[in-house]
Amino acid sequence: MKRLLKSGLLLIGTAAICFYGCKPKGPQGAVIGDAASKVYVAPGKYDEFYNFVSGGFNGQMAVYGIPSGRLFRIIPVFSQFPENGYGYSEESKAMLMTSHGYVPWDDLHHPALSTTNGEHDGRWAFGNANNTPRVGRINLKTFRTEEIIELPNSGGNHSSPFITENTEYVVAGTRFSVPMGDKTDVPISTYKQNFKGTVSFIKVDPQTGRMNIGFQLKTPGVNFDLSRAGKGPSHGWFFFSCYNTEQAYTLLEQNATQKDKDFIMAVNWKKAEEYIAQGKGEKVKSKYAHNVLDEKTHTATTEMMTEVLQLDPTVLKDIIYFIPCPKSPHGCDTDPTGEYIVASGKLAALIPVFSFTKMQAAIAAKDFEGEFAGIPVIKYESALYGEVKKPGLGPLHTEFDNNGNAYTSFFVSSEIVKWNIKSLQVLDRVPTYYSIGHLCVPGGPTRKPHGKYVIAYNKITKDRYLPTGPELTQSAQLYDISGDKMQLLLDFPTTGEPHYAEAIPASLLMPNSTKIYKIEDNNHPYVAKGEKEAKVERKGKEVHVYMTAIRSHLTPDNIEGIKLGDVVYFHVTNLEQDWDVPHGFAIKGAANAEILIMPGETQTLKWVPDEVGVSPFYCTDFCSALHQEMQGYARVSPAGSNVPLKFSTGVIEDNGAGSK
Amino acid sequence: MKKLIAVAGIIFLFSCAPDKSKNAEEFPSQPAKSAVEEVISDPTKGLGAVKNVTLKIPLEKDRVDRGLAIYEMKCSACHKLTDQRVVGPGWKDVTKKRKPEWIMNMITNVDVMLEKDPEAQKLLELCLMRMPNQNMSIGDARDVLEFMRQNDGEK
Repeated sequence: MKRLLKSGLLLIGTAAICFYGCKPKGPQGAVIGDAASKVYVAPGKYDEFYNFVSGGFNGQMAVYGIPSGRLFRIIPVFSQFPENGYGYSEESKAMLMTSHGYVPWDDLHHPALSTTNGEHDGRWAFGNANNTPRVGRINLKTFRTEEIIELPNSGGNHSSPFITENTEYVVAGTRFSVPMGDKTDVPISTYKQNFKGTVSFIKVDPQTGRMNIGFQLKTPGVNFDLSRAGKGPSHGWFFFSCYNTEQAYTLLEQNATQKDKDFIMAVNWKKAEEYIAQGKGEKVKSKYAHNVLDEKTHTATTEMMTEVLQLDPTVLKDIIYFIPCPKSPHGCDTDPTGEYIVASGKLAALIPVFSFTKMQAAIAAKDFEGEFAGIPVIKYESALYGEVKKPGLGPLHTEFDNNGNAYTSFFVSSEIVKWNIKSLQVLDRVPTYYSIGHLCVPGGPTRKPHGKYVIAYNKITKDRYLPTGPELTQSAQLYDISGDKMQLLLDFPTTGEPHYAEAIPASLLMPNSTKIYKIEDNNHPYVAKGEKEAKVERKGKEVHVYMTAIRSHLTPDNIEGIKLGDVVYFHVTNLEQDWDVPHGFAIKGAANAEILIMPGETQTLKWVPDEVGVSPFYCTDFCSALHQEMQGYARVSPAGSNVPLKFSTGVIEDNGAGSK
Repeated sequence: MKKLIAVAGIIFLFSCAPDKSKNAEEFPSQPAKSAVEEVISDPTKGLGAVKNVTLKIPLEKDRVDRGLAIYEMKCSACHKLTDQRVVGPGWKDVTKKRKPEWIMNMITNVDVMLEKDPEAQKLLELCLMRMPNQNMSIGDARDVLEFMRQNDGEK
C-alpha cells in the first residue's frame, strides 16, 4: 500500500513536472472515454457550430464544422482563389485593389463575427490583412467577401478587426509604427521623434454593413498587438495591448523586451466621438482603396479615398490612457461581464487581470504614475483586480465560458489552462500538440459564450499526421469543456496557418444561407437573361460574348469572326435557379484562369487569343450526365481577315465532305 | 479469410455503435422538405400544391405576356415551341396532352414529380436530363401555362 502510494505520488509529481517543464512528447496524446462518439456527426446530420478560422498566410478564411472538424468552405478574402475565380474574374479583381495597385496575396490573422448587444447576430464576419493593411467584410448569407477597406497611415494591420458590442466600429491598430504625414523620408534611427502609431475606428453601417473610416487616433510610436472592445459596463471603451514601449527599431527580440512592463492602452471612443461632434480633429490627406461588391451586378468596384480624420490624443485629452502590463503583452481580452480585462504578457510568469471599475476610479482620481509620450499612465496596482500566479509559460490569448471561467493558451508550455476569473485560481490544464497560439470557445468573446468546447489552434504539428515532406499540415484540436476536466476529443487539420477563430451556433446562420441568385434580380451589365439574349458584340478590338449556361449546353457554342489582336470577354450567365448547380467556364490558352458561376450569376473571363485557329471551351464543373458534352468552339482568324462575326448554338451547316 | 474479417468488422460495428449521444440529438436536423408531396386523387393532375386550375376563354393577355417573358428567361434553353425535342420535349400541344394541374405541378414541384409521377418519369427516361427546379412560384407557372395555351393555338 505504501509502495502504491509512493508510486502514485511519484506519478503525480512527474506529471506536474511535465506540465510545467516541457512540451508534451510524441503523438500519443491521451484520448480517454467516448471521445469518438462526441465528435461523430452521422451521415446526413449537421454539425452544431460553424467555426470561422483564419488561414494566416493564405489570406483566406476557412469554415469548419464543430464538433466534427470537417472543412466545408474556404472563403477567399485577401488572396486570389483558383477554386472559384475570386481575384481572377473581371468582376472580382477590384476587391484586391489597394493604393499600391493589385495585391493578390496577403496574410489574414483574425476573424470577428458581428454582434448586437454583445451577442452573435450572424450577419457578417470581418477579417484583417496583416501586410498591406486592410479589413474585409464577409456576408454570412452568401459566405462571400463583399467589402474591403484599406487603412492609411498604418504599418501592418495586426490589432484588428475587433468589434464593439453593437458592431458600431471595427478597429484596426497598426503593428508597426511608421513615419507619416509630410515627413516620411527620415532616418530609421529617428524612431522616437518621427515614428507614430495609429488606431483606426472603422464605422459600420448598421443596415448594410458598409464600412468607412470614422476616425484615426494618432498615438505614440509603439507596436500594437491585439485588442478587444469593452462590453456591458465598459461599452464605449476599447483596450489594446502594446509592446515595444522601448521604441526599438532594430533587433526587437532583444531591444523591445528590456522593460518589465509595457502597456495596455485604454481608449474612450465615446469621448473621441464627442470631440468629433465638436468639430475637433484634422482631415489628413491619405490615399487608400475602398472596394465594394454589388450583389445585384455581381461586380466589385474600387473607390480611391483621399483623406482621413485624425485625432491627436496628446492634445485632445481623456481619449487614451496607458496601464502598465508585464511583459510584452499579446492577448488583451475582455470577459463576458465587461468588468475584467485579461492581458497576457508573452514573457510574463503571471496573468494580470484588470478591473474596469478600478480603472475608472483611478482615472477620476488622477491616480497616475506619470506620462508616456504625453499620455497619462495609470498606476498598475490602481487598475489591477489581481494576478493569476504561475499559470504556465508564455501566455498568449484568453477566451471565456458561460460559467465565469477563463481559458488561456500557453505557447511555451504548450497547454490550455482553465482558471476562475473571480478567484484567480487555476482549475485545470491540458496539453496541446504542439505549441498552441490562439484558442476559441464558441461565443468566447461575446457577452453570452455558448461554451461546450475549446479549440486549440497550434503552431506545430510535427508527428501528429502522416508526413507530407517539409511542408506539413497545420492543425487544430478540439476539447470538451462541459465537465470540470477538459477532455481532448479530436485533432483536425486546417488549411493555412490558423490564427484566431470564432465559432457560432449553426442555428444562427443555416436558415439564412443564400441558395441561388435570382435571375430576375441580376443587373450585371452583360447579363443574358435567357438564351434569347445570348449574343456576341464587337466594340472595336473588344469582343463581348453574352453567354448562357444551363444543363448541359453553352449558348452560343460556335463563335466565329474573332481576330488576332482582339480581347474577348466571355460574360457567362448561369441560367439555373436550383441550389448547388454551378457551371464553370474555361477556354484553351486563357492566361488568366477559369471561372465558376453560381445559379443566376454572371461572371466574366477575359481571353486574349494568341494564335490563329479554333479554340475549344467547356464547362469545368460536372453538372449533369451530359456535362462532358457541354462544350463549344471559338474560331480566331488573322488580324485584318474578313470572316464575319457569327455565333450560334444547335445550327448545323453542311459545308460538304467531312469524314464519313 | 476475407469473409471472416468482414464478419468481424460487422460485429465490431454493431457492438461498438455508440448509443444515440445526447449531443447528436441537439444538432439541428435536416430542414423539412419544402416540396409538397401530397398525393392527389386524380393521378393525371400530378403531385403538388396545384389541385384545380380554372381556365378562361379568351386567354388572359397579361398572363400570356408574363409567361412569354418567363419562358425566354428560364425555359427556352431546353424547350422549343415546336414539337422538336432538344434537351427537353418541345411544347407544341403540351396543353392538349396534359392536364393544366399536371403542367403546373411539374414546373413548381419537379423533384417530387420526377421521383413519383409515372408520366414525369417516362419523360426523364426519354430525355435523360432531370428538369431543373427553376425557382418558379405557382403564379409564374400559371402564367407559363397561359403562354403554352396560346402556343397551342387557343385564342
